[in-house]
Amino acid sequence: MTSILTNLFDGVAYGMLLFVLACGLAVTLGLMNFVNLAHGAFAMAGGYVCMVLVNRMGWPFFAALPLAFVSAAAIGIALERTLYRHLYTRSHLDQVLFTIGLTFMSVAAVDYIQGSSRVFINLPDALQGQFDLFGVGIGRYRLMIIVICGLLTIGLQMVLAKTRFGSRLRAAVDDPRAASGLGINVPQVFAFTFAFGCGLAGLGGALSAEILGLDPYFPLKFMIYFLIVVTVGGSSSITGPFLASLLLGIGDVAGKYYVPKMGPFVIYTMMIVILIWRPNGLFGRTAAR
Amino acid sequence: MFERKQFSRAAALAAIAGLAAVAPAKAEDTVKVGLILPMTGGQASTGKQIENAIKLYMQQKGDTVAGKKIEIILKDDAAIPDKTKTAAQELIVNDKVNFIGGFGVTPAALAAAPLATQAKIPEVVMAAGTSIITERSPYIVRTSFTLAQSSTIIGDWAVKNGIKKVATLTSDYAPGNDALNFFKEHFTAGGGEVVEEVKTPLANPDFAPFLQRMKDAKPDAIFVFVPAGQGGNFMKQYAERGLDKAGIKVIGPGDVTDDDLLNNMGDAVLGTVTAHIYSAAHPSQMNKDFVAAYKKAFGTRPGFMAVSGYDGIHLIYEALKKTNGDTDGTKLVEAMKGQKWESPRGPISIDPETRDIVQNVYIRKVEKADGELYNVEFATFEAVKDLGKTKK
Repeated sequence: MTSILTNLFDGVAYGMLLFVLACGLAVTLGLMNFVNLAHGAFAMAGGYVCMVLVNRMGWPFFAALPLAFVSAAAIGIALERTLYRHLYTRSHLDQVLFTIGLTFMSVAAVDYIQGSSRVFINLPDALQGQFDLFGVGIGRYRLMIIVICGLLTIGLQMVLAKTRFGSRLRAAVDDPRAASGLGINVPQVFAFTFAFGCGLAGLGGALSAEILGLDPYFPLKFMIYFLIVVTVGGSSSITGPFLASLLLGIGDVAGKYYVPKMGPFVIYTMMIVILIWRPNGLFGRTAAR
Repeated sequence: MFERKQFSRAAALAAIAGLAAVAPAKAEDTVKVGLILPMTGGQASTGKQIENAIKLYMQQKGDTVAGKKIEIILKDDAAIPDKTKTAAQELIVNDKVNFIGGFGVTPAALAAAPLATQAKIPEVVMAAGTSIITERSPYIVRTSFTLAQSSTIIGDWAVKNGIKKVATLTSDYAPGNDALNFFKEHFTAGGGEVVEEVKTPLANPDFAPFLQRMKDAKPDAIFVFVPAGQGGNFMKQYAERGLDKAGIKVIGPGDVTDDDLLNNMGDAVLGTVTAHIYSAAHPSQMNKDFVAAYKKAFGTRPGFMAVSGYDGIHLIYEALKKTNGDTDGTKLVEAMKGQKWESPRGPISIDPETRDIVQNVYIRKVEKADGELYNVEFATFEAVKDLGKTKK
């Protein structure tokens, strides 16, 4: 019984992590209709920034996390202004080719600067180990992930649903021409959203170093997971990818625990079944446009 | 079909080589060593270490042996066998190398094997660790290790040291399966019991569920083999989940606690017992000098890959000494057979029958010394042959 709860807990933490990593992609892919396969590169950038700050410069972990966000967002906005915006109107194939090239360049660059071996971020002692709650083993680090990611999700949902910026963004996505006619600065809204998505990925990258491992191949290794989250969740809202991440996280952990021989396939099987059942994802708009 | 295509390509290359040979050869007094290593990609640290070690050796011993100047030509194959093969062809045909060496992974070593046989030049394997490699060409000589060497020894050691029940966690690829099978065979033959067997996917993001399963199986120890690089993640999650406090030890072949990565793993790794061929903390004077020189030159600690490279180039030097600079490949391989020398890892030799390495396997425990983590050796199994082959 307790091992079920521990697994559930691990699954939720894993799912939350996937969500923070992938929700930026849901925004660019779903809201802005741009295929950004280089998303993982921003996550990796955040992770490495955090690692350098904590390990080499002695920053406390919690101070370095916001900087992982900020630096990934800054790189995001620089690239959006200089490179990405030229591709918004191009075909998806061009976008894929461009962003996959960018991914390979990021891999080579990080490999060159930091070396190819896996790096770890030194954690404060308070975040290490597990404690027992009514017999259920709770990992401190995973608990922190759940708290941070949970707050982020609520915040995001509030911003999108309740604020003026949120309604502008939704308007810009639904009909960019009408939105700009109404005086909304669509490119600016997109640039800001893109940067925010990259920032989230950077934060996710910093958080995932401990659990998923951080090395220069991160963007390639986890690209598939990000894409699964977005396809399964549907890309029209934040809730879709969120629930999809949780489902996949829990499914993956449970699958590996109960049927270790089949473990790695569970996540893919779930994806196939869900997509057969609902081709636009769990919360996709059916045949929009 | 496939073979014929290969053959015609080889023939074409040979023809080109023939033309090139007409040009005056300046190379009578140079001996060329073609190194094929993964310098980019996931195995790049292997390539880097071997390259460093060879540079170091040549700095120390000079670049002339038996009146010949040694020239190293390095090619990157990113551990992709197709590229290995192309690189080997270029080296043999265009550069006319007298040796090929390196090979970060087993498929790479195997890809070059037929070329070594055809060209009749020695292939010195300095990293790849599957038993079958040396059987694929009479020109292959190995200076690294085989997984059977370390996995059987840790199996024998575990049963004799009060470990009765073991859960295994190995990566699902050839070396992982090799490690698992050799360990299991020796461990169960000694009366041990494997209570849980989990194979993790090679690209495994999160060990949590597997480790939870291990914990619930309540073994005395976990036998683990994961590719270098994942070891750190494994150890961190092992401690996070409290398996260390539950009294479950970690044992395995020493790849998991490679010197290259050990220091980043955190204190969770303390007390891990592994069997392996080399530790940077090996107490011989020769090793102390080697580690100091390596650290001075490259700023990092040498790992077992560095030592394999160091011994690989040493073997090439010794073979040339023995043939008095004669570069006939068959004679060179003959000269390599039965070589015995003192390496930074301890006394080693080349088995004249299998051309594989015979060496001591050490049982080590991770301990902290001067604020750094080291594998400290506490028991030695002497002159271990590759048990993966002798069985047949």
